[in-house]
Amino acid sequence: MANMAQAIRMALHYAETHLGVTDIFGEDVGAPLGGVFTCTQGLKTTWNSPLDERGIIGAAMGIAMGGGRPVAEIQFCDYVYNTIDLLKLAGNTCWSSNGDWNLPMVVRTPVGSGIRGSIYHSHSFDATMTHIPGWKVVMPSTPLDAYGLLISACKEQNPVMYLEPKALLRVKGEERIPGEPDDDRTLSKLIDAPLGDRSQWKPQWPEALEAFAVPIGKGKLVREGNQVTVVSYGRTLPLCARAAATLADEGISVEVIDLRSLWPYDWDMMKASIQKTGRVLFVNEDTEVTNFGEHLVRRTVDELFYSLLAPPRLLAGKFVPGIGLADTLEMASVPQQNDITTALRALAGEQP
Amino acid sequence: MSRPRLIKESSAPLPLDRELLVRIHDLMVKTRVLEERLIQMYKQGHGYFWIGGPGEEAFNVPLGLLMKKGQGPEYDFLHAHYRQSGTLLALGEEPIGALRQMKNTASDPYSGGRNFAGHFSLRKYNVAPVSSPIEVQYSIAPGTAMVQKRVGGDGITIVTGGDAGTAEGDFATCLVWSSRPANPLPVLIIVTNNKWGISTSAEGQHGEPRVSERGKAFNIRSKTINGNDPVEAYLELKEAMEYVRKERKPFLLEANVSRLYGHSSASGANYVTDEVDCLKDFEKRLEQDGVLTRQQMDDLRNRYTEDMAAAARIARDEPLPEPESIWKHIFAEDK
Ligand SMILES: Cc1ncc(C[n+]2csc(CCOP(=O)(O)OP(=O)(O)O)c2C)c(N)n1
Repeated sequence: MANMAQAIRMALHYAETHLGVTDIFGEDVGAPLGGVFTCTQGLKTTWNSPLDERGIIGAAMGIAMGGGRPVAEIQFCDYVYNTIDLLKLAGNTCWSSNGDWNLPMVVRTPVGSGIRGSIYHSHSFDATMTHIPGWKVVMPSTPLDAYGLLISACKEQNPVMYLEPKALLRVKGEERIPGEPDDDRTLSKLIDAPLGDRSQWKPQWPEALEAFAVPIGKGKLVREGNQVTVVSYGRTLPLCARAAATLADEGISVEVIDLRSLWPYDWDMMKASIQKTGRVLFVNEDTEVTNFGEHLVRRTVDELFYSLLAPPRLLAGKFVPGIGLADTLEMASVPQQNDITTALRALAGEQP
Repeated sequence: MSRPRLIKESSAPLPLDRELLVRIHDLMVKTRVLEERLIQMYKQGHGYFWIGGPGEEAFNVPLGLLMKKGQGPEYDFLHAHYRQSGTLLALGEEPIGALRQMKNTASDPYSGGRNFAGHFSLRKYNVAPVSSPIEVQYSIAPGTAMVQKRVGGDGITIVTGGDAGTAEGDFATCLVWSSRPANPLPVLIIVTNNKWGISTSAEGQHGEPRVSERGKAFNIRSKTINGNDPVEAYLELKEAMEYVRKERKPFLLEANVSRLYGHSSASGANYVTDEVDCLKDFEKRLEQDGVLTRQQMDDLRNRYTEDMAAAARIARDEPLPEPESIWKHIFAEDK
């Protein structure tokens, strides 16, 4: 099965051949590298931009205004901060012009820890991004969702921020992307660029790829359970699923929700689950102060207080200025498997 | 580089058709009267903030007249700043739109009561929404130019902003992105230099003798012109636009202009007597050359003054947007 980087590449191929994507660009996005995470290898509309993040976001806005359909990449989300006012502007262009203009543009950027990226290649962007109205924000945790969310993003009339969890980019999926070959080796031969000279290389895209779309705003019920709900997305989602499996052996039944879309988000799914279990843990790895999960905790308290058997909890990254390179430092800074299992066990055992 | 213009000698006849001179003058007067009305509305409490372009009519009006007007990449794009009412009127907009924006009525055609005066947005003529953060338009402009270059035809992208704002990285972004040897872009990069950034003089802001010289390092053709002379502005803009249209390469044009009413209402919005008034100067020449009489010009101004007062009364009585309308147009599906 494809890994997430391959899934993204296949979705972009589909989007530039069928959905009108005109420009896939950013630093090292075009030939010869095809992206530092290989997500854009072999695509036909790719090009390398100057090393200028403001220029990248600005150009994407201009291309969208001009009638193109851009997919821009910021090499690491840590470097998107000097474009924050442009992101705000992209988010308010439709509103401030009273509906006169809209910007069909996608920005992709890798986020989070997990590749030992040290202080400037490990940041998360979910809280910042969900603070900017006018954008849709998504973050897949599986290759199939990565494919389907990107297809949806490339059909949107609005700006979409597509957050790629770095730690999962090389993880193979368990589900097949409609149209991908059955076996990984075949897929790799077809679409992975060779090392060394690539000047003569051309990918052979699987012809049967489909417009499989994951709707923006719909979460996924990853595992049913009735004692406690855990809501997550991105890198921490598979950790939550594994924690749920571990706890099942202990007789604790955990319902796992993959939010997939951070804005708009699937409140109906969370609400139904929390009303059923009475207990909820939100997990992500952004820093915990003014965290997106805090918003979800607040909404849970506001709307579901009388259904709760325990206080809603948030497990997030530590509020420290960066993620240190040493293994011990990274592990201590963002939620790990064990932290999640422990937090869920404690929540399940909490009595009113 | 182009030849020096003879028009600077005030004895030489004006080198534009009479009809065009009269049209430029008409639009300059209309713009000035509109801006004066906007300032008055602000001072009477019919608006919260004023910023606009009195003093820049001589440059802005020719710019609007020369634009290839329409929607989509075959036509010119304008990424403007907040001093461009003259350009909008020259494109054919009626002044009441600007008055409605000042009064932030629901009928404000540019933002539905959401944005400041002078913050135009007009998709039907490729006028990108004017944003309050200065200079960001310079980062966006290369994008529309890229599409235009790809689509073919002769549509160009025009971006304007102030001299102080060239300190922002966006200005460098525009120079870099539009002049890459592998992909030069059809962008007319304009800086209107009024020698001020709010209260900080040019001497305290930037050290280059001419902003246009910054184009040199990028191999961008560039020029500084007198933006207070509508005839020079018209001819220079025409030449620069023709170059960008045909060569599909950038051009950096610096226009020296006046700031006749200070920066904005934040600095009082009162007439500044020691700046060149482009309208007064132009009228002197029109009279000298027998293009228009003083009487004709006074009549025109009076007529516009009355029209503007009537339009302001209409705008004043129109309703504000409904509170629930804050939820409209966050996303495009809501259209
Ligand atoms: C990014 C940003 N910083 C500060 C401001 C506040 N501000 C508004 S206008 C202005 C001065 C701009 O001067 P200049 O670029 O010369 O343009 P002018 O208004 O003189 O035409 C400033 C500092 C702003 N709007 N945006």
